[in-house]
Amino acid sequence: MNLRRLLLIAIPYLWLLGLFLVPFLIVLKISLSDTAVAIPPYTPTLDLSGGWASIKEFFGQLDFENFIWLTQDELYWRSYLSSLQIAAVSTFITLLVGYPVAYGMAQSPDEWRPTLMMLVILPFWTSFLIRVYAWIGILANEGFLNQFLLWTGIIDMPLQIMNTTTAVYIGIVYTYLPFMILPIYATLEKMDGALIEAAEDLGCSRLSAFWLVTLPLSRPGIIAGCFLVFIPVIGEFVIPSLLGGSRTLMIGKVLWEEFFSNRDWPVASAVAVVLLILLIVPIVLFQRNQQRQQEASQ
Amino acid sequence: MAQSKPQNVFAPWDDPNEVPLIRFRNVTKRFGTFTAIDSLDLDIYRKEFFALLGPSGCGKTTLMRMLAGFETPSEGKITVDDVDVGPIPPNKRPVNMMFQSYALFPHLTVEDNIAFGLKRSKMSRDEITARVTEMLRLTRLEKFARRKPHQISGGQRQRVALARSLAKAPKLLLLDEPLGALDRKLREDTQFELMDIQEKTGTTFVIVTHDQEEAMTVASRVAVMDHGRIVQVDTPAGIYETPNSVYVADFIGDVNIIEGNASPAGEGRVSIHYAEGAQPIIAAADHIPDGQRVSFAIRPEKIVVGTEPDPDRTNQVRGRIVDIGYLGNVSTYHLELPGGQKFSAQMTNARRLARRDFTWDDEVWLSWTETAGVVLTE
Ligand SMILES: Nc1ncnc2c1ncn2[C@@H]1O[C@H](COP(=O)(O)OP(=O)(O)O)[C@@H](O)[C@H]1O
Ligand SMILES: [Mg+2]
Repeated sequence: MNLRRLLLIAIPYLWLLGLFLVPFLIVLKISLSDTAVAIPPYTPTLDLSGGWASIKEFFGQLDFENFIWLTQDELYWRSYLSSLQIAAVSTFITLLVGYPVAYGMAQSPDEWRPTLMMLVILPFWTSFLIRVYAWIGILANEGFLNQFLLWTGIIDMPLQIMNTTTAVYIGIVYTYLPFMILPIYATLEKMDGALIEAAEDLGCSRLSAFWLVTLPLSRPGIIAGCFLVFIPVIGEFVIPSLLGGSRTLMIGKVLWEEFFSNRDWPVASAVAVVLLILLIVPIVLFQRNQQRQQEASQ
Repeated sequence: MAQSKPQNVFAPWDDPNEVPLIRFRNVTKRFGTFTAIDSLDLDIYRKEFFALLGPSGCGKTTLMRMLAGFETPSEGKITVDDVDVGPIPPNKRPVNMMFQSYALFPHLTVEDNIAFGLKRSKMSRDEITARVTEMLRLTRLEKFARRKPHQISGGQRQRVALARSLAKAPKLLLLDEPLGALDRKLREDTQFELMDIQEKTGTTFVIVTHDQEEAMTVASRVAVMDHGRIVQVDTPAGIYETPNSVYVADFIGDVNIIEGNASPAGEGRVSIHYAEGAQPIIAAADHIPDGQRVSFAIRPEKIVVGTEPDPDRTNQVRGRIVDIGYLGNVSTYHLELPGGQKFSAQMTNARRLARRDFTWDDEVWLSWTETAGVVLTE
């Protein structure tokens, strides 16, 4: 192997090392430390000037206390579970909403498709925060939705949507919908229309042709879309904080509070490490799906 | 020889009592303002291997898609077995189609692809298994039953598509350019395989092709299409030997066309004056009015090239050899007549090349009989 190739291969590894592995090791180290009233707010800190003895002492002070703490206070595991549940349910709702949209886009005339695609990704052009705040304006007790419903006379008391899990679901589904639509649309769009005709020719009704051909063939897109929604939603922090109020339990919020309200960096780091370990499973599954899809299309 | 046993010749179209399986009556198909099929009439009989032949865009696929139910005629009626199929959706028609792109289901194995249509019918599990096995054997795919379409070759995929469309034993099988993607050798093998399968199953086949050789090889009858119309329907030999128009003569095989004015030359014969001072061509033809402008069409292989005029043949014309194309078994001579007309003639190379009598720029005689060519008025 020559130097140029070595360099080319080394770049992504150096990137990973610098931007993922090193920060992770720092977080891991903090998670094994103790809280302290100091800057930074934990001990021990590594002091290389003391030589070998001080390094040994440094490692001697690291322990798993914070991880044990996570198992003792039920707030943590309930937050993890609640995050998983919210992620699973909102992924499912996003799929239910996103699939028909993707299907409709794939069925529409060729000349409309770029426009429809634009409309799907258009929200990305505004700040995510502004869009979530806009939802507060819609869902609040004096918000547009309640005002409209009161005006039509369907309800006579404003609905309490803000600061409930429902608001969190609405926010998540709205925000993550494009991540579901785009991979499903990609698989549907490249599907040969003759396959549906062939299915009908062989005795399928429109509906059974959809079940037996379209749906199985769009499976890689469905799986990709579900992971693209599920994985980031588990760690979601902004949406539950702004829309869910204090009642919604999500691990991202717990993490934020440990860091900034309690200034307990070691526990916050332990929460983050566990979250990462939890996420590794779906991420690996997702990578496998992508790889399989790539192999199948070759 | 078939001629000596006429009672065995398959020719239901000549039998006035035979009822066609498929009837197109005045069928027109328009896409917007564009007319893809133009008031077309066509009868196709049971057990026929019927070929639709024509240039790209002439409406062959549209015709097939109307039979399969994917397009509805703008006007006119299509009947299968005397039933108007207009209101019947594709999944209820006794018709199966083999798609130009094969349209195999990529997520299913070969055997599941073949079983797909059977599972939509009321067949029992055992019957389905038996039928799939039979189809696999017929198309020699037993070894590939468990493979997915992307794990087999192009030729095998084509056979899977055929097996899948044959599995339901349709009354009518539509094949849209089924061999288009195959190389020449595989193509020829498959043509014979198709004919064999058609004979074994007794299914009526309609095949679309733009390859005239393929149509001639496989078909019981050929329809030549142009711009949404059928120009001629006849047996391959009929199309080749007695084309009804310059278009058909030109489309099928090589042909020499000479235009001229006809005048009667005795019972069932005309003479065609094609050039000032040249001996008119004598050809067999009926009912040609005096002075009618006609085209005389003659195939290259019907012409004898020699150093002397052939006394047994009525027509003898001098020509100069411009070029010789040597193809091994035959040679094609490109000639120029005294009037400047280009002509080609084909002779089998009965002798070795070195012993050929003539070469470039030689003056030779072209001879042919009265019945060697046809006189066309359109
Ligand atoms: N769905 C359609 N919309 C508009 N025009 C069409 C459609 N299908 C076919 N055509 C036109 O009809 C003509 C015949 O097409 P087709 O039957 O596919 O020809 P062939 O199979 O003989 O090549 C073509 O000019 C084609 O452009
Ligand atoms: Mg076509």
